[in-house]
Amino acid sequence: MKIIVCVKQVPDTSGKVAVNPDGTLNRASMQTITNPDDMNAVEAALKLKDETGCKVTVVTMGPPPAASMLRELMAMGADEGVLVSAREFGGSDTYATSQILAAAIDTIGVEKDDVVMCGRQAIDGDTAQVGPQIAEKLNLPQVTYAADIHKDGENITVKRMLEDGYMTIKVKTPCLLTCIKELNNPRYMSIGGIYETYNKPLATFDFEKLKDHKLIDPSTIGLKGSPTNIFKSFTPPQKGAGMMLEGDGKETCEKLASILAGKHII
Amino acid sequence: MDFNLSREHQLIRKMMAEFTENEVKPIAAETDLNSEYPRENIEKLFNLGVMGMCVPKEYGGTGADPLASAICIEELSKQCASTGDIVATHNGLCCDPILTHGTEEQKKKYLPMLTTGHKVGAFALTEPNAGSDASKGQTEAKLEGDHYVMNGSKIFITNGYVADVFVVFAMTDKTKGTKGISAFIVESGFPGFSVGKHEVKMGLHGSPTAEIVFTDCIVPKENMLGKEGKGFSIAMQTLDGGRIGIAAQALGIAEGALNEAKEYTKGRVQFGKPISKFQNTQFTFADMEMGCEAGRLLTYQAAVLKGQGVRYTKEAAMAKLWCSEHAMKTTTKALQMFGGYGYTKDYPMERMMRDAKITEIYEGTSEVQRIVISANMGL
Repeated sequence: MKIIVCVKQVPDTSGKVAVNPDGTLNRASMQTITNPDDMNAVEAALKLKDETGCKVTVVTMGPPPAASMLRELMAMGADEGVLVSAREFGGSDTYATSQILAAAIDTIGVEKDDVVMCGRQAIDGDTAQVGPQIAEKLNLPQVTYAADIHKDGENITVKRMLEDGYMTIKVKTPCLLTCIKELNNPRYMSIGGIYETYNKPLATFDFEKLKDHKLIDPSTIGLKGSPTNIFKSFTPPQKGAGMMLEGDGKETCEKLASILAGKHII
Repeated sequence: MDFNLSREHQLIRKMMAEFTENEVKPIAAETDLNSEYPRENIEKLFNLGVMGMCVPKEYGGTGADPLASAICIEELSKQCASTGDIVATHNGLCCDPILTHGTEEQKKKYLPMLTTGHKVGAFALTEPNAGSDASKGQTEAKLEGDHYVMNGSKIFITNGYVADVFVVFAMTDKTKGTKGISAFIVESGFPGFSVGKHEVKMGLHGSPTAEIVFTDCIVPKENMLGKEGKGFSIAMQTLDGGRIGIAAQALGIAEGALNEAKEYTKGRVQFGKPISKFQNTQFTFADMEMGCEAGRLLTYQAAVLKGQGVRYTKEAAMAKLWCSEHAMKTTTKALQMFGGYGYTKDYPMERMMRDAKITEIYEGTSEVQRIVISANMGL
């Protein structure tokens, strides 16, 4: 059994967000972190590794510096990394990205008892589309919003967190799960893991490696091939402080009405 | 000459900084206020492989180098010097002498206990009448058949009431002076071992300091560490390494205080502007920063020399002396920037200042460091 975890290096939103003239993020000028939900996916995979001794492969698509993120995840306990990186892949939207990642995962190989895990969504785009799209392209059953995962033979029982409750789903491997932060607390790198990480295998899948894969259509990848066109990206201005009206019901209503009238809203 | 940390050291710093921010910082004030040993965090540090990290893999450690250990102690001490102290003592003063001077049997028995076994280690040299003059210890160990009978007491023992394994120094031949001192590995479970007074200290409240007492304590003969009569030299050699740990701890305290003061002064507005914009504040920061950088270079140099297996006595003493005095200066000046708030327990400055003071005293006072440095200058 192996678990393939898709991860993404994202801008650290606690720092300043920089945008390129074409509207895409200027990733080079920003501090990066591993996408938080992806960390929960990695932790879920490592927990299953602790229980079953399975292999964990972390996969990311991104520029070459994303390799450092893979090394950190391997220092947490992942066994190997795959960096999917090529100029041709740059600027891909979710449709294009899921094609490329599905092709990369298929190249690694998904066998009968394997699991693919993703974070629910990345904090830069917040689309939550890539995980489900990969599942569709690989013809894998998918369970999104996993808040609890139990493996029992070839069955995996997943507690899905919905807005108004939980749904428990039993799914057979191979399958794809997307993970949320309620699932676990990601572990730290360990000292032993850090000393081992640079001796673990890290492969790079470039355009040459993937371009002839059946799931890849070179005309629909990268910035040009992506169906999504970004019209404008910007950091929204911070909202001003709200106003609290205090007093009894009638008094505050009158006050509110006069403020709204003063602004010609009513 | 390359001043960059290796990629492993960079990851260790990142990991420790995250751990310190998430696990250490939230409880640091409480740990101090309640004089509470941070047991849960020490357990976590065992799980992460920080405790006993320089022990080779075959004995349960990770085979990290002294620089890696110094970086861990530095990062922890930025928020909690007590936690840094517990790690420094365990790694530098207990695991290190057993690794360096222990027999194969001793290493196989004790090093796994101190790493994967989650047992805490300590070092017992100081006595009421033997502080800087460590050669005047009165604790005695007499050979009786297959064991030594140890009598006496040791004071100011870091990890004293939580440790399971102690490296203890005792006279095996009182007529020989320092050449009559031998080192032993003593378990807290040995008959005749007991913990005496728990010290109530000015700072480092989370670090458990106690007196330990030997009353006809039975120590198996095979627990002598190194050769008979070599105890004093083992102690001095161990303290050379320990000083790198205290230098790293003091450096961490100074850096922690500097960071807190930077944040505070950028937000504190007086006379119409943040006080970080006043030249007096900026000049003070410049001195603090320069001192930290110098301390880092001295500490890392000593750690790298130790890792290379070359003599580093003078370098470790310089690192310890510089960093501890700089920690005292920096915490005092940083507290001043906080004004009245700095003197309250609402901010960490008074704790950092109290914690800094001990670094000028233990593992050799500043005066002893000057003796060590000048003794290595060919005067």
